[in-house]
Amino acid sequence: MSLPARDSGGDQPFAVKDCALAAIATGRRAHTLRELYDGVSATTPSSLYYHFWGGLLRPRFDDPEYNNDFAVWAFRDFHDETLAERLSVIDPTDYTDMEELRQEVLDTLEERLDEDPVVSWKRAESAFTFIRSQIVVLDTHTTITHPREMPEIVSAMSLGSVFYHFIDARRRPPIGINDFSAWIVGAFPEHTPLAERLAHLDPYFNRLAGLRRQLAGVLADYFGEAAS
Amino acid sequence: MSATLARYQDIVGADVVSHLRQLAAPLAGMKVVHVNSTRTGGGVAEILHMLVPLKVELGLDARWEVITGDSLFYQCTKGFHNALQGTAVEITPAMIAAYEETNRKNAETLREVLQEADLVFIHDPQPAPLLGLCPTRRGKWVWRCHIDVSHPFRPVWKYLRRHVAAYDASIFSLASFAQPLPHPEYLIPPSIDPLTEKNMDLPEDEIRQVEERFGIDPERPMILQVSRFDRFKDPVGVIQAYRMAKRYIPRLQLVLAGGGASDDPEGEVVLAEVRAAAGDDPDAHVLLLPPDAHRTINALQRAADLVLQKSLREGFGLTVTEAMWKSKPVVGGNTGGIRLQVVNHHTGFLVNTPEGAAQRVRYLLSDRDRRVKMGEKAREFVRENFLLTRHLREYLTVMLAIVRGVDDRIEVA
Repeated sequence: MSLPARDSGGDQPFAVKDCALAAIATGRRAHTLRELYDGVSATTPSSLYYHFWGGLLRPRFDDPEYNNDFAVWAFRDFHDETLAERLSVIDPTDYTDMEELRQEVLDTLEERLDEDPVVSWKRAESAFTFIRSQIVVLDTHTTITHPREMPEIVSAMSLGSVFYHFIDARRRPPIGINDFSAWIVGAFPEHTPLAERLAHLDPYFNRLAGLRRQLAGVLADYFGEAAS
Repeated sequence: MSATLARYQDIVGADVVSHLRQLAAPLAGMKVVHVNSTRTGGGVAEILHMLVPLKVELGLDARWEVITGDSLFYQCTKGFHNALQGTAVEITPAMIAAYEETNRKNAETLREVLQEADLVFIHDPQPAPLLGLCPTRRGKWVWRCHIDVSHPFRPVWKYLRRHVAAYDASIFSLASFAQPLPHPEYLIPPSIDPLTEKNMDLPEDEIRQVEERFGIDPERPMILQVSRFDRFKDPVGVIQAYRMAKRYIPRLQLVLAGGGASDDPEGEVVLAEVRAAAGDDPDAHVLLLPPDAHRTINALQRAADLVLQKSLREGFGLTVTEAMWKSKPVVGGNTGGIRLQVVNHHTGFLVNTPEGAAQRVRYLLSDRDRRVKMGEKAREFVRENFLLTRHLREYLTVMLAIVRGVDDRIEVA
C-alpha cells in the first residue's frame, strides 16, 4: 500500500481542526423510486455527502442494518428490502469522487426499476427529503509535533475533529486518505506502518465515538509495540 | 469553567463541552436576541429558558424578549398554529388586525434592541411581522419555526409566507416540516435539558409522594401521556386505547397530565372533552397542572411503566424525549418528530390508531425485561442525540454559517 503525503506535510506540525455540519433542506422530495432517481441525478454533491456521511454528526438512530439515508428510506418508507440491501452496500470510501458515487447510486436505482415493474409505480409511506450541508471548520489551536503525541490528543478529540480529519479528509487532496496518515507519511516517513494501520480503519460501519476509540487503540498499540 | 457547563460535562463528556467552546469563540460578544410570545408553558419557552443562559455563558451577548397581546391576538395565533398543522381555520379580518396591531405595538418597545442585534431569532408565527417593522435592522434575521408546516391550510400559509419570506434564513425541526421559502432553510431538531427540574434525577420517595397525591397506586401498572390539552395530541384516543388495554389488564391505570400555556385559548374546551371521555373511571386520572409543575411531571414520567404520545400531528414531541431520558419506552403517534425518536422494537412503537396503541401497551406491559431493555436503549439514544448540548452545537453552527457566508465549506480562523 502506498500512501500519498499531504502537500503541506513536510516538517509542519499537524494542526488539529474541528468541524460541525449545518443541515439545510433543499425542498426536493421523492415519493417514488423514479422521483428518487431524478432527485439523486439533480442534487448537489454536498447533498450526496450528507446522505452518506452526515448521519455521523446529526441525530439519527444508529440503524443496525442500513447505514446511509437512501438505504434506510428504501427499507423503512419504501418497504423494499432488496433495494435497501443493495443501497446499503454502497460504501462511499470506495469512491474518490462524488460523481462516481452518484453514478453508483443511480445504477442501483435503475437496476431495481428495470427488474420489477411494481416498484416503478409504488409510492413510499413517507417521502425521502433531500438535505444538503454546510461544513463549518474551526481551528482548535492544538498542534501535534510528533506522532508520539497522538494517542493522548486523539483520545480526547471532539467527534467533530474525528469527522474532519478522518472522514472529511477523504474529499480533500490527497483524495481518499485521512489527514493523520497523510501527515505521518509526509513528515515522519519512518512511521509509515502506523499511517497504513490508520488508513485501514473502516469508518463506514462505525459511530464517531467508536472510530475515536479505534484510532486511539491503534496509536496506543503501535507505540506500545515500539516501546517493548 | 462555569458551573452549568461543568455539570453538562459530567453528563455528556469533556469533549462535547470543549467543542461548544470552539464553536462559540468566533461568536463571542455578538448581540443575539430571541423573540417568542410566552415565557411559560410549551416547548419553545422551555428551550429558551435553557438555551439563552448557556449562550451567555459561552460569551455571546444573548437575550430573550417576549411579545404580549390581548385575547384576540392569541385566538388568531392559535388559529395560525392549527392552520399550519393542516386544519381549515377561519381567521377573521378582526383577528388579522389584532395580530398586526399587536406586532406594531411590540415593535415600538423592541425596535431598538432588535435593530441593533447581530442575529435575531423569531420563534413561530406570533412575532413574525416584527422583521417588516424594523426597517433599519443591521443584523441577520432567522425565522425559527417549531411547527410541522408540511401540509398547511393554504390560505393561512399564504398570508404568513408574506411575513417570513423576507427573513435571511429559517430553521425547521425536520426537513419534512419545511415549506419552500426563498432563503436557506436550516434543520435543527430540539432537545431537552437534563439538568432542569423536569428531567433531573428525583429521589424515590418524592416519586411515591406524587403518586400518593394523585391517588395513583404504585403497585399497579400505570401508563401516562403528558401534553397540552390539544386535539392534535389525541387525548380522547389515549382514553380509548386505555379502555381497550384495560379489558386485558384490569389493574391498569391511566394518567393524562397537561398544563395550559398562556398563548393557548383552546385548552379548556379540550380539557372538558377529555374529562367527559374519562367519565367516572377512578383509574383514569386527568390532571390539569400549572405551567411550573416540572418536578411533578418528572415524577409522573418516572412513575409510569411506559409513556404514550399518541399525537395526530406533532412538531417534535419533547415529551417523548423526556420520557426516553427517564428510560421509558414510548408508544407514539406515527407523525412528525416522534418518528425520529421512536424506533419500533428499539425505543418504543409507532402507532396510527387507538387500537394500535392498545396492542403495544399490552405487549410492553406483558414483559418487564423487554421494557427495561428498550428503556435503556431509549436513554442512550437521547444522551447521544437529543440533549441540549447537541441543540446548542447546531445553533452555534448555523449562526456561524449565517454570519460567515453561504458556501458549502466555511473556514473560521
